[in-house]
Amino acid sequence: MSRGGRGLEDATGDSPGLEDESEAGTGRGGRRRRGAETLMVPEAEFTSYYGRQVIHTPAWKVPDVPAYLYLGGMAGAAAVMGAAGDATGNDHLRRAGRFTAFGGSMLSLGFLIHDLGRPSRFLNMLRVFKVTSPLSMGTWILSPFATFAGAAAVAELRGVLLPVLERVAGARVAGLAAAVAPAVGRASGIGAGVFGPALSTYTAVLIADTAVPSWHAAYPELPFIFAGSGMASAGGIAMITSPVAEAGPARRMAVIGAGLELAATQRMEHRVGLVAEPFQKGRPGLLLKLAQGAMGAGALGALVAARLGRRGRAVSVVAGVLLNTGAALTRFGVYDAGVESAKDPKYTVIPQRERLDAKRAAAAEAAASAAEAGA
Amino acid sequence: MTQAPHRPASGPGLSPDGHVADPAAATGYGEDHPPRMGFFTDTSVCIGCKACEVACKEWNAVPATGDLDMSGWSLDNTAMLGASSWRHVAFVEQVEPARPPVSLGMPGMRPADDDGAGPLATQPPGDDSAQGPSGSIEGVRWLMSSDVCKHCTNAACLDVCPTGALFRTEYGTVVVQDDVCNGCGYCVPACPYGVIGKRESDGQAHKCTLCYDRISNDMEPACAKACPTDSIQFGPLDELRERADARLATLQERGESRAQLYGRDPGDGVGGDGAFFLLLDEPEVYGLPPDPIVTTRDLPSMWRHAGAAALTMFAVIGVAFSGRRS
Repeated sequence: MSRGGRGLEDATGDSPGLEDESEAGTGRGGRRRRGAETLMVPEAEFTSYYGRQVIHTPAWKVPDVPAYLYLGGMAGAAAVMGAAGDATGNDHLRRAGRFTAFGGSMLSLGFLIHDLGRPSRFLNMLRVFKVTSPLSMGTWILSPFATFAGAAAVAELRGVLLPVLERVAGARVAGLAAAVAPAVGRASGIGAGVFGPALSTYTAVLIADTAVPSWHAAYPELPFIFAGSGMASAGGIAMITSPVAEAGPARRMAVIGAGLELAATQRMEHRVGLVAEPFQKGRPGLLLKLAQGAMGAGALGALVAARLGRRGRAVSVVAGVLLNTGAALTRFGVYDAGVESAKDPKYTVIPQRERLDAKRAAAAEAAASAAEAGA
Repeated sequence: MTQAPHRPASGPGLSPDGHVADPAAATGYGEDHPPRMGFFTDTSVCIGCKACEVACKEWNAVPATGDLDMSGWSLDNTAMLGASSWRHVAFVEQVEPARPPVSLGMPGMRPADDDGAGPLATQPPGDDSAQGPSGSIEGVRWLMSSDVCKHCTNAACLDVCPTGALFRTEYGTVVVQDDVCNGCGYCVPACPYGVIGKRESDGQAHKCTLCYDRISNDMEPACAKACPTDSIQFGPLDELRERADARLATLQERGESRAQLYGRDPGDGVGGDGAFFLLLDEPEVYGLPPDPIVTTRDLPSMWRHAGAAALTMFAVIGVAFSGRRS
């Protein structure tokens, strides 16, 4: 019996019945039947068990996990921006960076805990430090990050908090707090900035370290996509909250970040072959196209705002919103693409079948040449 | 060849060529730990009775999945392994070129117009039904296989678990501790075989334990105990591998050209399976991945790429802030 070869008949067949099903059962070239849809390109031939998926679909919740990816990426880059703003005396960017880092990390933590099947056992992840588990490493990146980001944000709020403290704890305590707050804020801001890039990029490892074909295959580029996207969104927040005249570094960071995301995505889609399909087709394909459009438009807006100077405030705000829309859509698109690649057995079976056939051919060749050498 | 690079090149439980030969020893169990135990599922004698599925559910108190999910027109209503399906019998029907009938030594039937004087017909009536649409004589063969957790030598589920709920037992098997699992669900997409699942009712991950409770008390797992044809065989993995090699040789001699052992090779992408199979066709026919690789094999490279991306972020933001403020 020949392998494959029934894909086209299966795809055009329209009478359900025992024969169709048993054919799918033997699975020769059997994809899920596709109604009367006309195929312009012959389906890749592969065998499956009634067209069923081989691996499980990720059990994570949507929007929790894609939102976690987006917020973590933004918060991580924002923390570096805040520390850099502090170092260069740019108050607007320092403030935007610190608040965004803290807010993003708190929301991240919320989504992460909400996604657990047993949220009350979140602390179980703090009893283990395990380098083979990206989620364990992520716990140990997010926890100190959120702590530092929190301290930096509190220091940022001293104008509001110190009068309250004075009333509650007295003038001496408040005076002491006022004296140490700037130093604590700076140190914490640097602490968050050190963990920030790790927070932005570890989530790429988190999803790539699975059997999900499109995520795993994309592992070399995914951290760059997430890093670029994170910088674009953090820069975008600062573009929304800061005057154009102060936001130059944020704009440059956002534009380079957007470029990095677009370039890394291009490279990945060209490199990974068949499993690039879920990034290009269907719902995830649409989400990613919209993401790239928003990202490109946002970056362009940043450049225009810089040109317009003080009159570019509105353009700057719109561009910041577009950059963040793009960054969020990127995460939802990437997440969806992984889910699609898990659901369709062809993305699991075909690359593995090709690899196995190549291995067998190489082994047979080695055996043949060994026999020849022996004779 | 495909040894996970993040594991030490030498150490307890490793064979000279660097494969993990004894995962329990590699995990840290002492020399007095029991031998690695496993399953050998010989699908050539599986009759698709599903006694294994029932025995597993009964013994382990695994709840019903709730949905009757028929696979095509087959007898498979389990569909896939998951949190509440720890054994899954696959049913595959294949149209095959007819083989010469094999006499089973059964009494034949007489044609209706036969006077009873002649010899018994050796061919059953209705042989025409085996005529294929093109006039060629075709036969049908059924493949049945009881799938289960593979208890991988390099187990992705165990590697990625952030709480330590998944652990390696002294028997070299992989088990979830219900009182530790926080339901993060990471193990679910990490498994290259689609075995472990998250149960809706308790939000936690569950899978086959290779009946850790039974084997700890010198009893074989429930599915193996219930299997009426010994398709599911339980024992020390070394013995099972020898038995499987002999059985494969026998079947190949008889002309089963596509017969193969699946998960038997310690050099494969997961370092060999603790539960391995004798299949009569390619793995994907049964819904198994043809060449699975433990995802964490690439993890060192993944961290390196993430590190490079993180440094890129530092550099970009540094450059962005080194320019003009406006």
